[in-house]
Amino acid sequence: MQLAVLSGFVVAGFAPLFHRWFGDRASFVLAAYPAALALWFLSQLPAVMAGETLVFAMQWVPSLGMSLTFVIDGLSLLFALLVTGIGSLVLVYAGGYLKGHPDLMRFHLAILAFMVSMLGLVLADSLFTLFVFWELTSITSYLLIGFNHNDLEARKSARQGLFVTVAGGLALMAGLTMLGVAGESWSLRELNAMGDVLREHSLYTALLVCVLIGAFTKSAQFPFHFWLPNAMAAPTPVSAYLHSATMVKAGIYLLARLQPSLGGTEMWTVTLSVVGALTMFTGAFLAIRHTNIKKLLAYSTIMALGTLTMLLGIGTEGAMIAFVTFLLAHALYKGSLFMVAGVLDHETGTKDVTAMGGLRHTMPLTAAVACIAALSLAGVPPLFGFIGKELMFESVLEVSAWRWLIMLLAFSATALTIVVAAIVALRPFFGQRRETPRVAHEAPTSMLIGPAVLAILSLLFGLVPVLAGSGLLAAAASAVAGTSVEVKLSLWHGVNLPLLMSLASLALGYLLFKRWDRIRARLACLDPLLSRGPEAGYDALMDGVVVISEWQTRVLQNGYMRNYIMVMIVTLIALVGNSLLLRHAPQFHIALDVQFHEAVVVGIMVMAALFATIARSRLGAVVSVGIMGFSIALIFILFSAPDLAITQLLVETLTVILLVLVLFRLPRFSSLSTPLERVRDVVVAGSLGTLITLLVLTSWSIDQFVPISDYMIANSATLAHGRNIVNVILVDYRALDTLGEIFVLALAAIGVFAMLKLRAPEKPKNSAPAKENADG
Amino acid sequence: MEPVMAIAIGLLYSAAIFLMLRRSIVKLVIGLMLLTNAANLLIFTSAGMTRGAPPLIPEGMLAPEGVVADPLPQAVVLTAIVIAFGVLAFAVVLIRRAYEIVKADDLDKMKDTDT
Repeated sequence: MQLAVLSGFVVAGFAPLFHRWFGDRASFVLAAYPAALALWFLSQLPAVMAGETLVFAMQWVPSLGMSLTFVIDGLSLLFALLVTGIGSLVLVYAGGYLKGHPDLMRFHLAILAFMVSMLGLVLADSLFTLFVFWELTSITSYLLIGFNHNDLEARKSARQGLFVTVAGGLALMAGLTMLGVAGESWSLRELNAMGDVLREHSLYTALLVCVLIGAFTKSAQFPFHFWLPNAMAAPTPVSAYLHSATMVKAGIYLLARLQPSLGGTEMWTVTLSVVGALTMFTGAFLAIRHTNIKKLLAYSTIMALGTLTMLLGIGTEGAMIAFVTFLLAHALYKGSLFMVAGVLDHETGTKDVTAMGGLRHTMPLTAAVACIAALSLAGVPPLFGFIGKELMFESVLEVSAWRWLIMLLAFSATALTIVVAAIVALRPFFGQRRETPRVAHEAPTSMLIGPAVLAILSLLFGLVPVLAGSGLLAAAASAVAGTSVEVKLSLWHGVNLPLLMSLASLALGYLLFKRWDRIRARLACLDPLLSRGPEAGYDALMDGVVVISEWQTRVLQNGYMRNYIMVMIVTLIALVGNSLLLRHAPQFHIALDVQFHEAVVVGIMVMAALFATIARSRLGAVVSVGIMGFSIALIFILFSAPDLAITQLLVETLTVILLVLVLFRLPRFSSLSTPLERVRDVVVAGSLGTLITLLVLTSWSIDQFVPISDYMIANSATLAHGRNIVNVILVDYRALDTLGEIFVLALAAIGVFAMLKLRAPEKPKNSAPAKENADG
Repeated sequence: MEPVMAIAIGLLYSAAIFLMLRRSIVKLVIGLMLLTNAANLLIFTSAGMTRGAPPLIPEGMLAPEGVVADPLPQAVVLTAIVIAFGVLAFAVVLIRRAYEIVKADDLDKMKDTDT
């Protein structure tokens, strides 16, 4: 099972090869893969209908508790069927739509990879797997939306979609992590079984907010809806796939999946139903402002996504049934309509519905398909969309919080959707015949199969609701509700409020459609207001990021060495000083026993160092550094470190020789800074020195850990057979460190040699002075 | 002895940082040397200072007599001294090369990659 799904990535990788073998017909061959998967999923239907949950477990990273477990329950199966079924139809359709396109194989590669990611997402049981596939869908959809990469608009839209969904993905990662921590499990099945624990958990609010941001961005909920219409820059097969059944439904899927574990609280109900209702209305309202057929459909998709979110928020059993019904209905008619839009674009050369008319004579089949799908979108009996709409109204009437607002929004959104449906179905195909940029012909068969199949299913499920309702949808609704739900769908519910609302919305929608041109002209005066919507916020944010990064590059990465040092030192002083002074009030209890000769040596050392800073000649500085080095060797001798003293003496001698040899090929000391700069540097350097002094004094009075040197002292002779413990540490206990040290020296020697030798006739003086001091 | 060393180390650090903040490239190298020595002393004194008891085991015995100086900081510092020398040799030659090419000893004139 895992292999069957993941092999899709392999198939995607071989897509170019298929393309070479089969040419433009590769689409039809590749469509066999999702079709086979769809059939397999269909064959699992009886088991799932019987209430079983099929689990396919496979260990991935056992030490981290990560497993690649795929689970098929009603909800997963519904989505998996949509993903694979519509996927195969879209591939066939693309074979016609993109026929002869030079980048067809790239399209195949991306869309197959996307399909597999989406499939993995809806089947995943582990939160990790879910998240990985979630991000994969973001990335592959980015490739798909930006398919026409020569088009600036397409690139911009793809980037926008990516940024919005990936930003949401980050929030989701935090949310899922908290979910895993709160539930002490990474398995969705286990989490869904402990909803009560999660809802009472102190992390609940935080994790819900993060998860909702992730789901809302992915599913284009208000105020993140703006990326979806822009994503219409993609080729139509992509839009048909991404926006009917897959990408944008991922967020909805996640919410539905988590409904048993997180749903039911007041926060969940109010947020989801209000945001959903707002999205619903926003989408439908913005739709009728457009004449571009793809934009019309895109905004009505936002409306549908809002509806689904709202239904999840309402959360009653009826709402769950409405949810799955609406989901299926939407996938069917929206997939079909997008493909019809592509046919129109392909055949007439325009996307503007006002520029088309009377096409039913030349494209009768397309017209028929479009009408069936649009009737389903409008929710007219006997189409499946009608059932979905009825159930939606029923659920809205059950709402308790914010009831009137939600009812009003739902009602007006429905009426506006009817306008959209009428525009899409009536404008291009009926009325006056209009001249289009291309002379329209009926579409090729490959482009009609997809929309026709989906439209016929809409009709079939509408006429015989039992086909969908009692099996698949019941299982899906049970999975969302977390308990067993019985689904009895029927066209006729008797004369009740939902039916009246339906009729009223139909009438209102028809009236609005009649006046559409005038309304659109009126709405144009809202444009300045709408251009300040969330998208403007997004643009401002992006511009702001650019401005800030330019600013910080100018300020921080300015190329001045001392600025880098200054920033590091000041940060160090601030952070270390802060924690030193605030957390450990400095406390010194150290007896002051200094012998005269020690004080003299230390004094010489300090004087030499200070003289080096004010020396006016290079030689003076080198000599004082030498004196300082030898004083340090003396200190090592006085305080029981003979090995250090020897090494220090050797190195110091070599250093002085090196400096004397090289420095005189270097420029003389010059005074370049102003007095003010010097004062500033003295202050910074002095603060660091003071901090270090305080730090050293404090660190003596704090013992964090038991010293490990006792072990080394005790075992040096017995285990390592050495009497000089320092040497034993270097070559035995910490031998690898010493090996590393030798490597560093070898590298330095090679570097020095290269710099001196690889250039010119200059004689190398100090090419290898550094090589054998790893004595220890 | 430790308070005296603490103050001395602080002064060494101050001198080192002051030199590293100069624009003259030679002073940067001198500052680097002071800094490595200061850091070595810091590590060396961090475990406390012991007079006249080097961490050696006398002939014929399995453990040193009485308390000896902590050998671990000494081993670490020994490594550090040697590496510091490698870094210094590299830095000095690098600076010499840079000076030959850029013909400037002012770090402010070396802030772009295309000089």
